[in-house]
Amino acid sequence: MAAPFSWIRPEPHGIHIVPADCWVDPSKPVDRALVTHGHADHARGGHGQTVATPETLAIMDLRYNTREGATPVAYGETIRMPGGVDATYIPAGHVLGSAQILLEHAGEKVVVTGDYKRRPDPTCPPFEVTPCDIFITEATFGLPLFTHPPIAEEMRKLLDRLAAHPDRCVLVGAYALGKAQRVIAELRAAGHHQPIYLHGAMEKMCRLYEEHGVALGELRLVADHTKDDLRGHVVVCPPSALNDRWSRRLPEPITAMASGWMRVRQRARQRNVELPLVISDHADWGELTRTIEEVDAQENWITHGREEALLRWCQLHQRRARALALVGYEDEDD
Amino acid sequence: MEQFATLIDALVYTRSRNEKLRLIAEYLRGTPDPDRGWALAALADGLDFPAVKSSTIRNLLKDRLDPVLWTLSRDFVGDTAETASLLWPPPLEDTERTPPTVSEAVDALTAMTRKSVLTELPELLDRLDPSGRYALLKLATGGMRIGVSSRLAKTALAQAFDVSVEDVEEYWHGLTAPYPELFAWAADGQAPPDIENLPTFRPFMLAHPLEETVVDMAQYAAEWKWDGIRVQLVRAGEETRVYSRSGDDISATFPELLEVLDFPAVLDGELLVRGAHQGGEAGGAASFNALQQRLGRKTVSKKMLAEYPAFVRLYDVLLHDGKDCRALPWEQRREQLEALMPRLPDSHFDLSEVVAADSFAQLATIREGARDDAIEGLMLKRRDSPYIAGRRVGYWYKWKRDPLLIDCVLMYAQRGSGKRSSFFSDYTFGCWNGDPDAGAELLPVGKAYSGFTDEELKKIDKHVRQNTTNRFGPVRETEKILVFEVAFDSVHESKRHKSGLAMRFPRIHRIRWDKPAHEADRIEALRALIRD
Ligand SMILES: [Zn+2]
Ligand SMILES: [Zn+2]
Repeated sequence: MAAPFSWIRPEPHGIHIVPADCWVDPSKPVDRALVTHGHADHARGGHGQTVATPETLAIMDLRYNTREGATPVAYGETIRMPGGVDATYIPAGHVLGSAQILLEHAGEKVVVTGDYKRRPDPTCPPFEVTPCDIFITEATFGLPLFTHPPIAEEMRKLLDRLAAHPDRCVLVGAYALGKAQRVIAELRAAGHHQPIYLHGAMEKMCRLYEEHGVALGELRLVADHTKDDLRGHVVVCPPSALNDRWSRRLPEPITAMASGWMRVRQRARQRNVELPLVISDHADWGELTRTIEEVDAQENWITHGREEALLRWCQLHQRRARALALVGYEDEDD
Repeated sequence: MEQFATLIDALVYTRSRNEKLRLIAEYLRGTPDPDRGWALAALADGLDFPAVKSSTIRNLLKDRLDPVLWTLSRDFVGDTAETASLLWPPPLEDTERTPPTVSEAVDALTAMTRKSVLTELPELLDRLDPSGRYALLKLATGGMRIGVSSRLAKTALAQAFDVSVEDVEEYWHGLTAPYPELFAWAADGQAPPDIENLPTFRPFMLAHPLEETVVDMAQYAAEWKWDGIRVQLVRAGEETRVYSRSGDDISATFPELLEVLDFPAVLDGELLVRGAHQGGEAGGAASFNALQQRLGRKTVSKKMLAEYPAFVRLYDVLLHDGKDCRALPWEQRREQLEALMPRLPDSHFDLSEVVAADSFAQLATIREGARDDAIEGLMLKRRDSPYIAGRRVGYWYKWKRDPLLIDCVLMYAQRGSGKRSSFFSDYTFGCWNGDPDAGAELLPVGKAYSGFTDEELKKIDKHVRQNTTNRFGPVRETEKILVFEVAFDSVHESKRHKSGLAMRFPRIHRIRWDKPAHEADRIEALRALIRD
């Protein structure tokens, strides 16, 4: 018998499942890829076969035209791969279609979370705790200072500011996949039923969400409207457009940004943000540590963010852990 | 404290100067005494509580949190007060907590000792939310560093109550926080504070860099700009004080100047150390290096006084014998200053001479030829200029000597603070102690954190991250491959550096991505630039 867990190997370009010769979230093209979710640092084009949830495949198709080789797996469904490896896709609560992947081989269980959060999100089903032997967790916000406030509080800040300046608009920078749609859905939940205006780059992804049953209310394109039409309204754009020439067409925008990094004042100042909204699709410190406790794996592998602090926490709590050095992952504008 | 915390947060996120003024003015109008006075003092000058230091906050947190997790968090945020405000653990029992008012907080902070701070500061922090904790810790440790200058805070006060900012400046230095007399005058229309018989600081008139401007010598007079420290000597009510450029009282550092002015006056000049050694002309001033020996001392030995005697080279007179000269044109003030000279002992005073030049071109030649190391450049003053606090376009210009240049190699980089906390923006660089191809080493010669654009900063930051060879906390040692052309004003012998040299005002002049490190300059080349 092979050594325990020798079938799964962290390599610089992704997690290699040796007997099936396939990779989880590889950062370079491979023959067979298991993809957790549609964000660019996890989902790349050019693989021979891509195994993912139908929603993630739709997102990838929109971004990279990857219809060929697409193999859909629904939440809760298991796919058998060569070499006797089973892969089950389980909700991760991160963005539409996001999944943890449970890998089983020779009686050993490994969960790869991809990115995840534990807060409710109207645009995707919640994270499910899955018992396993090795838990491979992200650590984007892996520092104890990161505590994301309840999202309703942040929505209140946004709507209060909007109401205080009826002749201006609030321009919200939000990551085009996931964050933007969640902010819009949460605005609706907070009782804001005015039309919401979109930067052109957000439109297709919002439509895709709606096609998958996420109601976003009335959306309009900034390009179809005059400056005056936008007064007193919320405008959503990608973070890169916040300080761009594009924003000159808006009526004295109040610059907001929806991101977990906004918890740190200087990060907000660096981006010229006047109204920081601490909203993240990643687990905060409390969620990361609680999840490690609840999953209670024999060993935790930490990737993708501030591994050092989470590693230290595991050490202080007598939990086995190691940091994986994966390349190609970046801090999402999140 | 909540309103103050809200104000601080709003200021942090506001770029526009007008909006900042509006926010502060609104706070000052809506807040009672003495809270608003303390808040204004904190914004304008920063408050000082000897028992509360950054290290106190660090130690409090390290008692409550794993030290490794604290350090990782602090490095990420780049600001101790903010990190602590975010990481402060919520109090155990959920009892009713009333936040302190600003003045309650100030009173408590003032009363703290090095010992009691360890229990009393936590009690205050427990009564506040994260924003309140941030405001409290910023207030407690001095400098707010939130993009509000002292001038801006005073302008906001002037705007809040529709009084002139010049008057605010004038009274400010005669009063102390929380400024009840100032608010009584500005907000309640009472009589202005009486500062006539107090030896208070009057804000300096400052100059713009000349840059490309060419002036007409019929309208302007030229003076040497001396390389000492700008001081104001004030005598009123039988007391003399010496103030630095920022208005700090430095009388104790220069006791010899307190007995030599015997009539009421406010004089503007350059404080220098006498001596022919280190580059000064005979009987004149020594280089800045000599003056350095005298700076920052709270008590001065007889030996110091004898070896490095200080004197003031006078530029201007603001008030004397009960007369306010500030509205007069410079030419008339100069005449009055010259007339005062016989009453000022030449052991401790002389007059900064006017440099005669018929044309701007002739003046340029004179500037090129200046050899005295105590000369930093030239000042150009419009002959009809009144003496006005601050910098006004068109009145005074400074025309510095061209900087010296040398090619150095980047050795260490450190994370910046504040806005630059996520970048490696403070650089230590060195020169070779011999032939680099024959195994010579680099010795650090200086540090700089300015002179580059934001774009260049990003590129250097990336370079540092990709070429790190060693980490020491927030400092990275890098591969010795990047050459900086460093500009500086002068260089002196120094025992503090291994290279034996110290630069004055080094800044990055150009980044030489193209230049191989072994072609950077050697220590001897830098030593040859000593002007002494
Ligand atoms: Zn993601
Ligand atoms: Zn990610």
